[in-house]
Amino acid sequence: MNINFTLISQAIAFSVFIWFTIRYVWPPLLRAIEERQKNIADGLAAGERGRHELELASHRSSDVLKDAKQRASEIIAQAEKRATEVIEEAKHTAKEEGDRIVAGAKADIEHEIFSAKEVLRQQVAELAVAGAAKILRREIDAAAHADLLVAIREDLK
Amino acid sequence: MASNTELTPTSYIEHHLTYLTVQIKEGSFWVLHVDTLVTSIILGVISIGFIWLVVRKATSGVPSKTQAFVELAVEFIDNEVKNSFHGNRHVFVAPAALTIFVWVLMMNAMDILPIDIMAWILEHAFGLHNWKIVPTTDVNTTFALALSIWLLMIFFNVKVKGLGGWMYELFCTPFGKNPLLWLLNLLFNFIEYVSKPLSHSLRLFGNIYAGEIIFLLLGMWAATGVSGTIFGAILGAGWAIFHILIVTLQAFIFMMLTVVYLSMAHESH
Repeated sequence: MNINFTLISQAIAFSVFIWFTIRYVWPPLLRAIEERQKNIADGLAAGERGRHELELASHRSSDVLKDAKQRASEIIAQAEKRATEVIEEAKHTAKEEGDRIVAGAKADIEHEIFSAKEVLRQQVAELAVAGAAKILRREIDAAAHADLLVAIREDLK
Repeated sequence: MASNTELTPTSYIEHHLTYLTVQIKEGSFWVLHVDTLVTSIILGVISIGFIWLVVRKATSGVPSKTQAFVELAVEFIDNEVKNSFHGNRHVFVAPAALTIFVWVLMMNAMDILPIDIMAWILEHAFGLHNWKIVPTTDVNTTFALALSIWLLMIFFNVKVKGLGGWMYELFCTPFGKNPLLWLLNLLFNFIEYVSKPLSHSLRLFGNIYAGEIIFLLLGMWAATGVSGTIFGAILGAGWAIFHILIVTLQAFIFMMLTVVYLSMAHESH
């Protein structure tokens, strides 16, 4: 246990080590640590912000959903209304069409009846004339009574 | 060990407590303990160099396991310094504390290496007799550290408070600025300034030196026979495990005292 020159040499070694640590060891590590701390803090802040935004977005999306539901129900109601309108209109048109068809058919029938009557009348007149001619063959001269025969035929028309 | 003819307990212990010395000049002061100096420098270079190598490639992203380990140590020390030193600690105090803790820890940890095996290796591999591998069992080492810190203390006192401020503190604290008390204050401060480096260095030296002696005494049991060897080995292992605590604790205490002394130098009373 004797104090000697070792003390001074150790003190020099000590100061060199301290100088080295201060100069080369401490600053870069401190920088790395502080940078990482900053990164972590930033990350946490970003996470917080993200959560906040997510909340806002979910609010917005529920709003949009509600709106969309309302619009959809409105559209459905309109569509139903329109459908009943279309059905009514179709019914109406069909009825008109039917009436028109019926009226056409009636007119046709009347026309048919009329022409059938016409034909019948003609035939009846001819039959009548033929019958009269048979009866009056001898008494009536076709040539002398032609104007009479024509008159009868005209009457029967 | 060196001379098998006269292996007595005294010679065994003396052998392990002898330094490898070099006489630089005439006089008892100009002696250099080569073993202490070289071992401590090697340990300092290994430990500080290891940290430096890790730090050079330090990334602020995801750290490697080694970097995380270094950061753990550094942040631990930084926190301790932050708690007792209120100034810009990154300029000097925190890196100095890191150096002291790592270096003293490494030097203390040499105590755990089995002393006779290390002596045998050094003797047969390197041809070195009398190589003490624990630099902190050399009072020169602990005094060198404590006195360097003592000088730094005075330096910071003058730097922060100015020479006048420091003188004021020497004469007017802790009892008051009445001129009658000046002498008492000065005496008190003188005692404080003397006791600080003494307690600082002798605490570390005493603990590690005592640990070393106990290892030597346990090692001597091997001379009593097989049962003594086994018993000594078991006790030696137990002491070594306990010594892990002492080694770390003493390095930590030495560092904390350094930080406290330096922060006291920075703050006015």
